[in-house]
Formats: sequence, structure tokens, C-alpha cells
Amino acid sequence: MDTLILGLPVAYYIAMVAKVLVAFVFVLLTVAYATYAERKIIGHMQVRLGPMRTGWHGLLQPIADGVKLFFKEEIIPSQASKFAFLIAPLVALIPAFISFAVIPFGDSVTIGGYTVPLQIAAYYDQAGKQVFDVNVGVLYILAMASLGVYGIVLAGWASNSKYSLLGGLRSAAQMISYELAAGLAIISVFMLSESLSLHKIVADQAGGAWYAFKQPLAFVIFFICSLAEINRTPFDLPEAETELVSGFCTEYSSMKYAMFFMAEYANMITVCAVTTTLFLGGWHGPAFLPGWFWFIAKVYFLIFVCMWVRATYPRYRYDQLMRLGWKVFLPLTLVNVMATGLWVMFISK
Amino acid sequence: MIMPLIKGLQITISHMFKKPVTLQYPTERPDVKPGFRGLHALNVSHDKAKCVACYLCPTVCPAKCITVEAGEDANHDKYAAKYEIDMLRCIFCGYCVEACPVDAIRMTEQFELANYTRADFTYTKDRLLEKK
Repeated sequence: MDTLILGLPVAYYIAMVAKVLVAFVFVLLTVAYATYAERKIIGHMQVRLGPMRTGWHGLLQPIADGVKLFFKEEIIPSQASKFAFLIAPLVALIPAFISFAVIPFGDSVTIGGYTVPLQIAAYYDQAGKQVFDVNVGVLYILAMASLGVYGIVLAGWASNSKYSLLGGLRSAAQMISYELAAGLAIISVFMLSESLSLHKIVADQAGGAWYAFKQPLAFVIFFICSLAEINRTPFDLPEAETELVSGFCTEYSSMKYAMFFMAEYANMITVCAVTTTLFLGGWHGPAFLPGWFWFIAKVYFLIFVCMWVRATYPRYRYDQLMRLGWKVFLPLTLVNVMATGLWVMFISK
Repeated sequence: MIMPLIKGLQITISHMFKKPVTLQYPTERPDVKPGFRGLHALNVSHDKAKCVACYLCPTVCPAKCITVEAGEDANHDKYAAKYEIDMLRCIFCGYCVEACPVDAIRMTEQFELANYTRADFTYTKDRLLEKK
């Protein structure tokens, strides 16, 4: 136990690998079954059944879909830029997964005398004292979320198709109109908690009210902006606007196509996890169930809300989306930041 | 602007608790309503088709999918020696049924008409008589 590798005990590395594996499997399983849940939930909201054939009530559908996508023919357009075309799905997928490094799934668990924090990028020493934690967790997540768009733009450009290119560029423009409002919405949370560490933000919400109640406007705006940032309906403009081609992924087939959608669903989980952490008190809940359970329950509830929104609203037009971002959300979040600042300066102190 | 958005969400969530109307088709069969216009059938009377080859049905047919050729039997009565319907052209309007003066043709409740070859969509007199 006391053997040190690069100044850290072996148990540290074991805990790290275990945490990464658990988080990765959790995200992969949720991605697979989110596609199933989406089809079922939207089906029922439209008074239909959704998948029913494969397995009991269609439960094996994600596996059947996966097998099918693996065996589909791979098509690469002859004039496409091959390297960029192949790398684009990975560029979209990887940032979606690595955001999970800083999300706290729970407080900590004790395994073999070691206190292991339920956050991948965090480590406690034997005494239970925090050795390191990413103290700029939110900035890291914002940075990773913006990287995903490179995959989409790259896919659009590399396909050598006008539909794809337009889809990719639309995605870039959409990003610009939403990042600012989303960032400003989070700033009010920082002002209240005086920290960028997700762990500290969750800890701050333990005693009092969740930030969703203290900052309802920021909560709603952040959630809507997140939907736009991850290209979910009603803001799935990179995929299609009025035309019915699939935008940046028009030329993609089989597993490469699936990877874009894995990235979309993984992003959805990330966004719901971040919203839970920032606004819904993270892993806090009634004590009779473990913290991670409450965290996952809240995340799944938010994923359900994403699907509910998808079943309800029609797709926004491009100019409507821009107007919403620049003319409605940006001023609102600026006012919110100012009001929070005044409150922090004059009332809470 | 916000109230209609919330109302929309309310409507979709309320639908979630309604009984789905989906029919699990190959295992559950749809309930075909009276008056449904499916595949044609030639009515039979005294062991032969009622059709007297008056040509009213091919005349009235807007899709020109019916081909009739008249013949004469041992009693010097006119009958349809050839009666063919090209189902690829038929629009299931039912005009042939309404035009027929002797009630020789009707429309059945059969709606599964998919086939693999073009020839299989041509319903000859024999095939139409089989559908009693």
C-alpha cells in the first residue's frame, strides 16, 4: 500500500483506473439506453408505443442498433478529405467524454482505508485530506464543450458536400450565439459560491437552498443554452433547418455516423450533470439513499426533460435562434449578473 | 410567450399517460370498417362469373386499369372471356362497382397487396374469382 509511484501510492492509481472505468461504462450505458428511452418517451407522448420488437418491450433495441451500425457499409465520398473525414467523429466524441473528469458523482467513498472522492480528477490522501482537485472545473467543462463543435465543422468541411459544409458552419455560428449567454448564466453561480471548483459549488448548496431557487433565471437560461450548445431539438440546426438532409453528417454512414450521435447523447448527459451540479445541489438529497443515487436520479430527470422538450417544440429557424441568443438571453443574463453582484455586495454580506 | 410554451409541455406530458393507439400490425390485425375498398372480387352466380362483359367498368375507370374482352358461350350469352385488373394503376375509387349493372364486381376487405414482380400485380379473372 505504501509503495510510491511518482510520489503517489499504488492505491491512488487503482482508484483512478476504477473511477475512470466506472464513469466510462456509466456514460456508455446511459448513451445506449438514452436512445432507447428517447424513442419510448417520445413515442408515448405521441400516443404510440415506440420500439417493441427486440426483447421485452424493445429493451434490446440499442444492442440491435449497434450491431446493425457496425455491419453497415462504410462510404467515404471520393473527393472527400479522407484524414479529416475519418478524424471528425473522434474530434466530436472525445471532448464529450472527457468532460466527465471533473464532474463530482458523489462526495467520497472509503475503500480499504482510503477515502476516494467520486470525481475522476480529484484525490484525497490517507488522512482524507484533499490533495488535489480541479479548481477551475467549470472553465474546463466550458472549454471541452466548445471543442465538440470542431468535430462538426471539420465533418462538414471534409465531406466535400455543400449540405455538409453549410450544416457545419451553421453549428459554428450557433455556438457563438449561445456560449456567451451560457457563460454569463454560470457567472452568477460563481459569484454566490466564490469558487470555480464543482466540488465546492455542490458543497455550498448542502445547507441552504439549491442555486436553482436562488438563481432561477440563470438556471432556466443555462439549461436552454445548453440544449442549443449540444444541438438538441429545438435547436438542432446543424442537422437540418427547413430541408430534410442531415446537415454536417449527410455523407457519413455506419459507425462514423453513430459516433456523432454518441457524442450528442454523451454531451446531453454532460450538460445535465453540469446543470445538476451547478443548480440542483449535485449529489445532495435525503440521507436514506447514497449521494451518487441522487446525483444520477437528478441527471436522468434532466435527460427526461430534454426529451420532453424535444417532443413538444418545433425546430427554431436560424434567425429566431440568433435573436433569442443575442437579444433575449444575453441582456437577461447581464441584468442577472448585475443584480447578483449588487445582492452579494450589499445584502448577503 | 412563456405561458404557451408551458402549455405545450403540459399537453405532451398528459399524452404520456394515455393508452397508445398503435397497432402491432402483423400480430394484431386491424379492424376493417364496412365500406372499405380493398382488392376487387368477381361475384359468382350459378357457378360462373356474373359479369356480362358490358364494358361499363373499363369505360368508367379513371385509371384505365380494367381490360375486358367479351366472348360468347354455348347459349349465345355474352360473358367476359378475359377480365384483368392492373393493380399498379388501380386507385381504388370503386367506380367499377358502382357502374356495374349486374352486381358482378365488388371490393373486398383484403388490403395486403404487396408483391415482388410486376406480373403479380395483374389480377386475372381466375385470381379475382378465387376471392369469394
